[in-house]
Amino acid sequence: MTELQEETTSYAMEETAPDKLVIFAWSGDLDRMWPTLILATSGAAMGMQTTVFFTFWGLFPLVKNDVRITGENWMQKMLSTFNRGGTEHLKLSKMQFLGAGPAMMKKLATEHKVASPTELLETARDMGVRLVPCQMTMDLLGLTGDDLIQGLEDPAGATSALLEAKDAVTLFI
Amino acid sequence: MSIAIAKSLDLKGLSCPMPIVKTAQAIKELLSGELIEALATDPGSVPDFTAWCRATGNELVEQTAEAGVYRFLIRKR
Repeated sequence: MTELQEETTSYAMEETAPDKLVIFAWSGDLDRMWPTLILATSGAAMGMQTTVFFTFWGLFPLVKNDVRITGENWMQKMLSTFNRGGTEHLKLSKMQFLGAGPAMMKKLATEHKVASPTELLETARDMGVRLVPCQMTMDLLGLTGDDLIQGLEDPAGATSALLEAKDAVTLFI
Repeated sequence: MSIAIAKSLDLKGLSCPMPIVKTAQAIKELLSGELIEALATDPGSVPDFTAWCRATGNELVEQTAEAGVYRFLIRKR
């Protein structure tokens, strides 16, 4: 009897535990985008329905690596001048050292066979992680669908993001 | 009775999360009940493979370590 009850309880617990992962990728910093993509690919590997919402600075890593200047007006263009998009151009939140920091980090990552953000983003896409750009920030920062990499979901807003997050494990990075 | 290993993965040298990611991708090609072998050198893969099996319901049949190489034998659920 007790055994049966225990079994039922643990079964019920597993059934109600969220099997969804929603990450709000707010930062475009290398040292935040990296764990974001590591968690997203791990979530997908665990069979979790995984979604990443990219907003604000988090949108820039989705820019194609060969796109240099984005935006319509001078303010948006200046933004992309000083904050180049693409996973190959991410900056560290500390120890940036005019680019020497990320270069050293990449060297260490290669030596330790840590997958690069570029590789992880591709892997996430291949594994069915839903990559959703935020429509409002795209407009604000002057990013168009053509500026961004292929294979993204249609841009969405905060309500879609929150609806998706309602029954999910959520992270804001 | 021993069942042949359907697939073997060399994940040596790879760091988190790639050993798990590559295993998750590879196990999709297997049939339920088939065995997959994963060889990794990342010490973090020891707790991670256990956690991954718990989360996915795949069975961690055997786990050994030899000369810095961790071997995981997993049966697909």
